[in-house]
Amino acid sequence: MRGRQQGGGLINPRWFPRWLKPVVHAACLLPLVWVVLAAWQDRLGANPIEAITRFLGDWALRGLLVALLVTPLRRFSGWTAVMRLRRPLGLWAFAYALLHLLSYVVLDQYFDWAVIWGDILKRTYITLGMASAVILLVLAVTSIPALIRRLGGRRWVFLHKSVYLASVLGILHYFWMVKADTSSPWLYAVCLMFLLVLRLPFPHRRNPALKS
Amino acid sequence: MLIRSLARWMERESAVTPYDDYLNRRTFLQGTAGVIAGGALALGSGRAQAAVSRPADGEGLAVLPGVQESPLSTSGETLTPYKDATSYNNYYEFGTDKGDPVRYAASLKPRPWTITVDGACAKPGVLDVETLLGMPLEERIYRLRCVEAWSMVIPWVGVSLKAVIDRFQPLSSARFIRFETLNDPVQMPGVRRAVLDWPYVEGLRMDEAVHPLTILAVGLYGSVLPNQNGAPARLVVPWKYGFKSIKSIVRISFVETAPLTSWAKAGPTEYGFYANVNPAVDHPRWSQARERRIGEFRRRETLPFNGYGEQVADLYKGMDLAKFY
Repeated sequence: MRGRQQGGGLINPRWFPRWLKPVVHAACLLPLVWVVLAAWQDRLGANPIEAITRFLGDWALRGLLVALLVTPLRRFSGWTAVMRLRRPLGLWAFAYALLHLLSYVVLDQYFDWAVIWGDILKRTYITLGMASAVILLVLAVTSIPALIRRLGGRRWVFLHKSVYLASVLGILHYFWMVKADTSSPWLYAVCLMFLLVLRLPFPHRRNPALKS
Repeated sequence: MLIRSLARWMERESAVTPYDDYLNRRTFLQGTAGVIAGGALALGSGRAQAAVSRPADGEGLAVLPGVQESPLSTSGETLTPYKDATSYNNYYEFGTDKGDPVRYAASLKPRPWTITVDGACAKPGVLDVETLLGMPLEERIYRLRCVEAWSMVIPWVGVSLKAVIDRFQPLSSARFIRFETLNDPVQMPGVRRAVLDWPYVEGLRMDEAVHPLTILAVGLYGSVLPNQNGAPARLVVPWKYGFKSIKSIVRISFVETAPLTSWAKAGPTEYGFYANVNPAVDHPRWSQARERRIGEFRRRETLPFNGYGEQVADLYKGMDLAKFY
């Protein structure tokens, strides 16, 4: 009998068909295609700039949560090869965060650096969002294979644990922005907490059936 | 995308219907005797102002008869397209997304509708919306500046709040006026969640309430108010942030002390009782210095008192507006 840590053996741990990565990339591209088309066709309502910025921010958070799902998925399914999706998913989350930031800088503020700098210093939610973006930028850059090797496994793992901090900051950024209805940021917060709980070490309980 | 929506509007502007055709169209559309009588009444009142010549645009909503132009209208502004003004709304009783009100407000029943008027006044009573609609209606083109740093220009139709207030003869002890929105979970899906402490409450100082710019709006673009814009009657106070302009009013009370308003209750450090548009006093979480006019790309400078300082700044003489935000 297999222990839970090894998963249920429902899936071949090495299963990774050739089409999987392209399909994941295509799926990650879909929201971006949707928003570009919607903007082009004037379907984003009265305030398209706000709609684009919020849409991209939403998908940055969703992307982070999906990327954070990979490790628990391996843990509970035993599907080891799924780890090969962690890097592309993380990079897609970063891409949406970057586009969200660009939308704020270019569309919303139109390169008004004085205002942007003032926002970063004065407005807590912008400060938090910006901190989250900087962390994600560092993680994206250190995802280049040559840099992973230069950093060395242990340091790389330690550095990349800060994705948790980036996620927490990203969600706080959302909390601090809304006026009264916090249901949507709460949903992200609960999902993140769940994903973090799935990473906790199991208490070592022996299966009583195995006891002699 | 922005250019196209502007072009849509400009087409409407250029196709200004001659006044007689406008009257005929209205008569044709509004076959009810009462409305025709109302129109005749307004026309017969011999007011010096001209009737509004732009065709009404209510997308099927009843056209308001005999609407007169007003010298208090803001000139020189491009009107926000009707579709934008009626599909991008903050009306939390129907949901917190700005697309929610237009999606869900169909469940609101704006007729029959009465407004209870009580408190410190000689003649408390009930104001029927039909009575409001029978009063001489004026078009007031006003800038609307939301606390979220976006703005619109809307041609409201309504009556001066003072004309309404006078009917109930407030006492000298009435220093403030309190407004309340309908709070009905059947008609308003949003109030089933305690996002705010329902009912929505707003208030004005009495001198603000009787200021000529303050109106009770019953329509926009020449037609009755769409539900998502606060049908059947809402306040419009153009020099204050939009949340002061309370929608779908069911109760007006004359009171002695400043009422605790909904947003001031929800976030006392963020929303004050006065809520005058003020580029110099930021919301704690965002700047109020500039705003995005709906339909424009670059933000524009926000004007003190939303550009109505000449008319209203005197009301706040000697007050520290950073303290009374």
